[in-house]
Amino acid sequence: MSIGIVSAAYIAAAVLFILSLGGLSGQESAKRAVWYGIAGMALAVFATIFSPDVAHVWVIALMVAIGSVLGWIVATRVQMTEMPQLVAALHSFVGLAAVLIGFNADIELNRVLAMDSVAREGLIGFAKKLAEKDAIEQAILHVEVFLGVFIGAVTFTGSIVAFGKLAGKVDGKATKLPGGHLLNAGAAIASLILLVLYFNGAGIWALIAMTLLAFFIGYHLIMGIGGADMPVVVSMLNSYSGWAAAAIGFTLGNDLLIVTGALVGSSGAILSYIMCKAMNRSFISVILGGFGGTTGPAMEISGEQIAIDAEGVAAALNDADSIIIIPGYGMAVAQAQQSVSELTRKLRSAGKTVRFAIHPVAGRLPGHMNVLLAEARVPYDIVMEMDEINEDFPKTDVAIVIGSNDIVNPAAQDDPNSPIAGMPVLECWKAKQVFVSKRGQGTGYSGIENPLFYKENTRMFYGDAKKSLDALLPMID
Amino acid sequence: MKIGAPKEIFDGEARVAMTPESALQLVKLGHSCVIETGAGLRAGFSDAAYAAAGVDVVKTAAALFKAADVVVKVRGPEDKEVKLLRDGQTLISFFWPAQNPDLLEAVKAKGATVIAMDMVPRISRAQKMDALSSMANIAGYRAVIEAGSNFGRFFTGQVTAAGKVPPAKVLVIGAGVAGLAAIGTATSLGAMTFAFDVRPEVAEQIESMGAQFVYLDFEAAQDGAATGGYAAPSSPEFREKQLAKFRELAPDVDIVITTALIPGRPAPKLWLADMVAMMKPGSVVVDLAAERGGNCDLTVPDQKIVSDNGVTVVGYTDYPSRMAAQASTLYSNNIRHMLTDLTPKKDGVIFQNMEDDVIRGATVAHAGAVTFPPPPPKIAAIAAAKPKPKAVELTLVEKRAQEVAVFKAQTRSQVGLLVGAGLLLALVGAYAPTEFMQHFIVFALACFIGFSVIWNVSHSLHTPLMAVTNAISGIVILGALLQIGSGNWLVVTLAAISVLIASINIVGGFLVTRRMLAMFQKS
Repeated sequence: MSIGIVSAAYIAAAVLFILSLGGLSGQESAKRAVWYGIAGMALAVFATIFSPDVAHVWVIALMVAIGSVLGWIVATRVQMTEMPQLVAALHSFVGLAAVLIGFNADIELNRVLAMDSVAREGLIGFAKKLAEKDAIEQAILHVEVFLGVFIGAVTFTGSIVAFGKLAGKVDGKATKLPGGHLLNAGAAIASLILLVLYFNGAGIWALIAMTLLAFFIGYHLIMGIGGADMPVVVSMLNSYSGWAAAAIGFTLGNDLLIVTGALVGSSGAILSYIMCKAMNRSFISVILGGFGGTTGPAMEISGEQIAIDAEGVAAALNDADSIIIIPGYGMAVAQAQQSVSELTRKLRSAGKTVRFAIHPVAGRLPGHMNVLLAEARVPYDIVMEMDEINEDFPKTDVAIVIGSNDIVNPAAQDDPNSPIAGMPVLECWKAKQVFVSKRGQGTGYSGIENPLFYKENTRMFYGDAKKSLDALLPMID
Repeated sequence: MKIGAPKEIFDGEARVAMTPESALQLVKLGHSCVIETGAGLRAGFSDAAYAAAGVDVVKTAAALFKAADVVVKVRGPEDKEVKLLRDGQTLISFFWPAQNPDLLEAVKAKGATVIAMDMVPRISRAQKMDALSSMANIAGYRAVIEAGSNFGRFFTGQVTAAGKVPPAKVLVIGAGVAGLAAIGTATSLGAMTFAFDVRPEVAEQIESMGAQFVYLDFEAAQDGAATGGYAAPSSPEFREKQLAKFRELAPDVDIVITTALIPGRPAPKLWLADMVAMMKPGSVVVDLAAERGGNCDLTVPDQKIVSDNGVTVVGYTDYPSRMAAQASTLYSNNIRHMLTDLTPKKDGVIFQNMEDDVIRGATVAHAGAVTFPPPPPKIAAIAAAKPKPKAVELTLVEKRAQEVAVFKAQTRSQVGLLVGAGLLLALVGAYAPTEFMQHFIVFALACFIGFSVIWNVSHSLHTPLMAVTNAISGIVILGALLQIGSGNWLVVTLAAISVLIASINIVGGFLVTRRMLAMFQKS
């Protein structure tokens, strides 16, 4: 295959990737969009393998085969509640690959520079490209390699920590080494110094030292961020994996890598922005961990939490005409989505309007709740975004909060001193009656008291979400 | 403990403080129950029904007072019932201690503990035992039914083959519990309902029940929440405004239901004789405040009269008793909830916890002492109405000016950014080689495309988006593929590993995305 045809394939692949992302604007077009993505990827990979620059095809075939089988196993076995972990794990792969490729570029460059002009004639592929570079281009290459490896390394360890936290293998709380973010800043500055050294001809040791520092930054940065901020973290790492790919693209002078990396990078950046906006927090404050300072004492909460049993909830649901369900991370933890779906089906067949209200940061991954509900066969046209449904609460008979806390906290609107003041929340307390399914009386992730639980129209339905709902189901008619 | 309910001896009282149902619940608390024969008859509960629920039926009131440790009643005790009380016995009933100081002294002298159901504080926790509200709810409902039976037309408007019927217009004055119940009933019968209250903050409740709030334009309306949810007496100017509004409405409305009460005072006169005179013949006024003198000038307590111009004025005072079965069920539930609070361990032992706001508030006599009036409760009853900040109305010119200012600010920041980024690029371009700049163009354009494409992605598909971007970021495989042809074994190994993990990424990412998207189904 000639270089021209390979380039044509790359252009087609880039267009297909853009179409693939654009197709995700609707559920139906998304099903086609995935095929665009797959076609684009296949085109790009095959064009590269059969291009004149590539050797060792049998190694490639073996590796691709093994990788495909592993990927297939992972993708078919994963539970939908485990999606956040899977996404984080896949990010770490991209990060690691970027690091390895970056190192390769450096080794290859040194190898090529050591050759005489005769040996250089026989080079193919990447090495040939390197051989053609002049001094300035080599300097630029150093910077590109350095950046690619740095971003890749941060993505790699950061994603592994995020994976551990999401899978429950690492404590979900924010933990920092003594020194906190000063350590990160120190490591970043040291990396910068190493960049200067490496740029001025220091050997591969500078690259290795920087990689270790970047590994540390990735680890320590994500360790310092708590469980409920994970939607931001995961989308941030998504973005990083894209930028890493783009940096590698610069290193290799490959436009398709640059385009794809930029697409992925901007996608992750936008997701992070949406998540931050939904929490009314700046990106910086999420990364630095913890909530912003309060300006005064929290508003006093009067009243008490009133408990209710399954019979009471069932009676209210049987009487209600319109119902809104607000799922949160607790639903995912309790694996209650099937029960929720069954409840929805029963209520809908009784002629009641049932809808779901999804807060952008509900769960541990952007769109997490939508996927869980889809898995449980809840039709997507009754699953609403916050902005679509918030005005409808006053007209709603019953709102059921299942395992969410901060995203339904009225203090965000009522109490200017609250740490979450100004965060957009689902105004479920405006419904005639609110039932909160919750394990116990504790506070949510942010540790803020939730005045919703003390409201007159709120009843607490204590217990594991799945068990509570299963107890409720037979009583709905 | 033994809980006993005597037959009500007040003339015309049909309610009873214990039903077979509530007796069953009381037994669950560890108590046993006793009832005087025929006590539930007028509310539709026979002695046999009580016996079936495990209640002892005794022949006389004297025997009942002797047997019971706790006597539950509807009306306050009459003299001969007071005589039957004994030291250490508990009486739970309506009592009105402020209006009946002599009665209070008499029961105190007997050494009995008296829990007055009308003194239950109005806090959320005590709602389940708030008998005033449950009775007021019935009164409000019944008032509409009484109005309907005296009103010669439909409530709802109809267009029939025989002609068009306009809907009845109902005005409810006072939107307390009774008023809101009346609004709800009238609305569900199909009437056009209007409601008035001196507390502007109840407008929302009125509208939620389906009525239209009669708005009175008056400054400095006082905050009704400060008085525990009741209205306070209003200023003369306010009263004039209010009456003028009623006069305006009088010729139009068919049914007026008045429920206005002020704690500790006679009912305010709100529907005056001249308003009745302005009403159409056949109209109905139902006065729920008749017992306290009535809101209407023409009201005669306990009677139904017809005015000179043919307006019926109903002044009954026993609405709950007229629906004795319903009223008894709800009242006995209130009593049962009170006893639940009094029996915290569910072991049949009454614990008179004077630290508890609700029990302290309702207890008017205990251990030979008068404990009325109670200290103020620790928890505020109702949140004070917050003054709503008024949105500043902008004139057209101001709006225009604001828009222009916003536009200018946006333009400034955008131009600033563009110039800044342009200079930076120029700086890079001055030193970087051409090839790099060419790649950079591609990169910048791809970022722009990425941003504009991703903004359109539906929120519900964010997880599939992440999975698919994951898969396509496996494009780094190209880098590894290009390097794998190297002559250096280390490079080949590292590249091979990269190919492996990137393949996992690509295959895993796409497959899992397909799995997820296949799950999204339309209903």
